Amino acid sequence: MAKKKFVVASFDDEKVLFPAVKKVRLSGYKIHDVYTPYPVHGLDHALGLRETSLHTAGFIYGISGTTIALGGMGWVFTTDWPLNIGGKPHFPLPAFIPITFETTVLLSAVGMVLTFCYLCQLAPFVKKHHFSLRATDDLFVMVIECTSKTNVDDLQSFLSNAGAVDVNVQEAEAGWWLGTYDKDQVLLKEQPAV
Amino acid sequence: MTPVKEQFEIPSKMKTWSMVLIAIGVISFILGLITKGVSNNAEDKAVFLGTLMYNTIFWMLICNASMFFICATTLAMGGWSTVIRRVPEAISTLVPVFGTITLLILIYVVVIDHNILVYPWLDKATVEKDEILKGKSGFLNPGFFLVWTILAIGLWSLLGYRMRKLSSETDEGPMDYDTGKQFTWRNTVTASLFIVWFALTVASTVPWFWMMSLDPHWYSTMYSWYTFASSFVSGMSLISLWVIYLKNKGYLEYANEEHLHDIGKFMFAFSIFWTYLWFSQYMLIWYGNIPEETVYFKHRVEGAYKGIFFMNIIINFVCPLLILMKRAVKRNYTLMTFMAVLIIFGHWIDFYQMVMGSIRKDDATLTWFDFGIASLFIGLMIHFTGRALAKKPLTPKYHPFLKESIIHHT
Repeated sequence: MAKKKFVVASFDDEKVLFPAVKKVRLSGYKIHDVYTPYPVHGLDHALGLRETSLHTAGFIYGISGTTIALGGMGWVFTTDWPLNIGGKPHFPLPAFIPITFETTVLLSAVGMVLTFCYLCQLAPFVKKHHFSLRATDDLFVMVIECTSKTNVDDLQSFLSNAGAVDVNVQEAEAGWWLGTYDKDQVLLKEQPAV
Repeated sequence: MTPVKEQFEIPSKMKTWSMVLIAIGVISFILGLITKGVSNNAEDKAVFLGTLMYNTIFWMLICNASMFFICATTLAMGGWSTVIRRVPEAISTLVPVFGTITLLILIYVVVIDHNILVYPWLDKATVEKDEILKGKSGFLNPGFFLVWTILAIGLWSLLGYRMRKLSSETDEGPMDYDTGKQFTWRNTVTASLFIVWFALTVASTVPWFWMMSLDPHWYSTMYSWYTFASSFVSGMSLISLWVIYLKNKGYLEYANEEHLHDIGKFMFAFSIFWTYLWFSQYMLIWYGNIPEETVYFKHRVEGAYKGIFFMNIIINFVCPLLILMKRAVKRNYTLMTFMAVLIIFGHWIDFYQMVMGSIRKDDATLTWFDFGIASLFIGLMIHFTGRALAKKPLTPKYHPFLKESIIHHT
């Protein structure tokens, strides 16, 4: 898969990071992502990320779980194989509720985990590129994607001025293992080698 | 931009409204007293007393839930609620007022009127003949009932008063590190005393005494938690209504949709919790199908209370689940107001069927008297909460957790 060029800037302070994110976005650069050692409150707003649709997916999985459990048990106990259990009705709703609840939770939980992995491009056989290992320790790592128009030297000095303690250039595969995520190859071919 | 107002002043419109509601309540109380309260028909009288009982118990417990909220957040070191803290504090000033009313009504029922249609265990002859009631009589007797009720209401009021007094210290002046630490510690001690007493009363004995003993044979271990969940979720709705009202009037400068969002989460979560308890109580009894247990549900599920019983689930579970689930709704003032009113109404109906369903089994009609008495309590609630809010600044200016609350972010 195609490799892309990224400028990687590391910050050691949240107070520097937030204005830097703002400045970078105002200057028109495209932030690929910001890697942090812990969840930083408000960073998603600063980055201008849209709200995740994970919860909508979760709701749909949950509703499917409810339907499958109620429909399945209802069909089995009324149509397919009606049994007389202690003189209870064939469709005893209260008795079905715990199982319906469990199935709802099961489907929404498992479904959301898998969807989360899909959205984050995580799977056992995917090798992710680490822009900086210190993002898991003590640095906030901002990764900016380069396009054909990006002047890499300018960008590097711009980031140093914005308070980055370390700036470097890396080439990495940004894509998704099935290749559906990263269709942007034309741009890279046109880009001159640096 | 208009300057932010720190001190609440009671608007004349609010005064008029609370007075009108109280007047409606007093008139319907007098009319009820004439038509039902002093009538020779014992059943009418029981209905009169039952209506008073479920209203006072409901309104007192939801005002007490405010103090529970303050104490629980204090113990959990939850700083986010600091900017709206004065609102639950003001609501909790009603506990002594409504507590006195509850006490008077219960004393009237148990001692003066000795009403065996309301509390069948008051009748000594029945208890003598009844093995089950005989076994319970060590607990279910007028002496224990009254002492425990007085203790419960008295200690709620006393500990609530102490919490509010501690909170006044945050208006006086800046605290240094040690004073702040000491302040937090004293708050923690009083709050834990309140929580322990709350567990011994609202979360266990008081609902057994006041409401479960209306059906003295029947018992359920879920009942007290069910009552607590009901009162807590409506208490949170009441807090959110006051916060939204004050915000609309230009008070509470630091409160914003982040704080409303957290109150909304409580309303959502405890609606689910209420349903969990409702269902656990219902399902086991339905499954076991033992006559001494189904006696409580028989006329509620199949008899006159059928409509109210199932409407309850829709208002208190389906609506909060589907409407309050979205994040945007919990941050929307209009929808939150709607949901808060709906939840309070739903749980008022719930208390109605819990109490009246045992006193008057064959008829579930809500009459003018029910709404009249409810309006009396709503009027009193608005009047006294407004007065309490006007007494103190709306923001605890020097509270150690204030900054945490201002920058709160969900």
